[in-house]
Amino acid sequence: MLIEICIGSSCHLKGSHDMIELFEKAIADNNLQNDVVLAGSFCMGCCSQEGVSVKIDDGEIFGVTKENFNDFFKTKVLDAV
Amino acid sequence: MSKTRKFDTKVQHLKYKVLREVARHAWDGTLQDNLYEIPKTIVPGKEATMRCCVYKERAILEERIKIAMGGDKSNPNVIEVIDIACDECPVGGYEVTEACRGCLAHRCEDVCKRGAISFDEHQKAHIDKTKCVECGQCAKVCPYTAIANHKRPCINACKVKAIGMNEDFTAKIDNEKCISCGACVYQCPFGAITDKSFILDAIDFIKNSDCNRNYKVYAIVAPSISSQFTYAKLGQVITGIKELGFFTVVETALGADIVAYYESKELIEKGLLTSSCCPAFVTYIEQQFPDLKKYVSHNLSPMAALGKYIKETDPDAKVVFIGPCTAKKMEFQKPGVKPYIDCVLTFEELQALFDSKDIDITTLPEDVLDNASYFGRIFARSGGLSDAVAQGLKEHGSDFELKAVACDGIEACRVALLKLSKNLPVGNFIEGMACVGGCIGGAGCLTHGEKNKSEVDKYGEEAHEKTISDAIRVLNLKSDK
Repeated sequence: MLIEICIGSSCHLKGSHDMIELFEKAIADNNLQNDVVLAGSFCMGCCSQEGVSVKIDDGEIFGVTKENFNDFFKTKVLDAV
Repeated sequence: MSKTRKFDTKVQHLKYKVLREVARHAWDGTLQDNLYEIPKTIVPGKEATMRCCVYKERAILEERIKIAMGGDKSNPNVIEVIDIACDECPVGGYEVTEACRGCLAHRCEDVCKRGAISFDEHQKAHIDKTKCVECGQCAKVCPYTAIANHKRPCINACKVKAIGMNEDFTAKIDNEKCISCGACVYQCPFGAITDKSFILDAIDFIKNSDCNRNYKVYAIVAPSISSQFTYAKLGQVITGIKELGFFTVVETALGADIVAYYESKELIEKGLLTSSCCPAFVTYIEQQFPDLKKYVSHNLSPMAALGKYIKETDPDAKVVFIGPCTAKKMEFQKPGVKPYIDCVLTFEELQALFDSKDIDITTLPEDVLDNASYFGRIFARSGGLSDAVAQGLKEHGSDFELKAVACDGIEACRVALLKLSKNLPVGNFIEGMACVGGCIGGAGCLTHGEKNKSEVDKYGEEAHEKTISDAIRVLNLKSDK
């Protein structure tokens, strides 16, 4: 599974790297290092939506915040791999 | 265009008008049909304002249009002479002018160590050119400033001595010596030397992308942008770039953060480095100090480093660098950089692009630009790279004792390189920037003001990320540490 996290200016200011750390930690905690690849992407064109833009395997673009992260990770990542 | 643009000179303004009109027709797909109309648009009527007649003005404009469209493809140099625009300025060197009053003091004679000065029956001074070494002392001491230095501005500007003369007295660039810094471009009062433009390539990339659906066109902007377009807000410039059709805008300063991170590591390993950010400085070493090539950092320039990263995340991307630099136009064509950068534009050309689409950036909403740290951003001015390498060493937890020498202007670079070549003490990190003041002094800048350095520092301080590691951790590079 490829998880792309937006690191364009808007998302960067909304906390891209905090998001990367959350993903890195969650991936490690769940031993998914071999199943999931994290990648950066400059702008997904959803600058005005809430949260950092995150895209899984070229699918839909989600706005992920610290608050909805756990829910997002469970439904979109854990349940899918 | 009623709005006043901030250009330093009328030569820049003229060049801008040509670029703007070429771009305007290129967007519309009507360039070929209007090639012969553009000169009349820029110089209407019958009254000459620049040269002997409007016909010569228009003939020169035709040459400027060719250069705006990419110039002479058979000439590998990105800097080109427009021979019919060259005024064939005098090259006599120091000469006594009519202002000489034939005084009694003869300070000029006393100061001349070569005995080159003699006097006629009216006590007026004369310089014997067979003895004169052009030191200029006589001119300095003359109370009437009666001794003038007739030196061509282009030759004066070219500190690598790449400019000579053709048999017809027009300026000639020696491509073996030219480092494409653009100093002559900025200094020629007739605009007879100019940098080739890749503006049509940029427009083609945007048009063929079909609104970024076929592939995405990324603009990466040099940090010196903070000292340019001062009539608007930086956020408005970013919106303007997107309005042109670029998919997004990324700070090249993030590439500078990458460079600072790895260059400081390389310095610890090798113990002595010269910087590789400035393509004109690197070319200068290759041409004039080939024995010192081993000291040149193996890091890509910030432009290329960022282009490489973007292409890793998006292999179909087209990356257009927008900066202050004419030498970058040479750098991006090098085999080691070509895969990462598709086109290079200057700030002058960006201004022309805005106006070719009648985009008034002062009326636009502000977008954000934030990818890099303070240290990546201050690369734009002399000393910034050295500060960033010092910070890099700190962040690596190294106790390497940095002795940085920040050289701006090719003359200062030459002094440091001469010392290095003779094993004289010159520190262990030579930051070389071909332009005086660093990139903010680049030939492709719209303005070269005193305040530009403080603008860059201010922009640096506004960065969201305070350290290099913070800025590059989004790139997942940290694991390499």
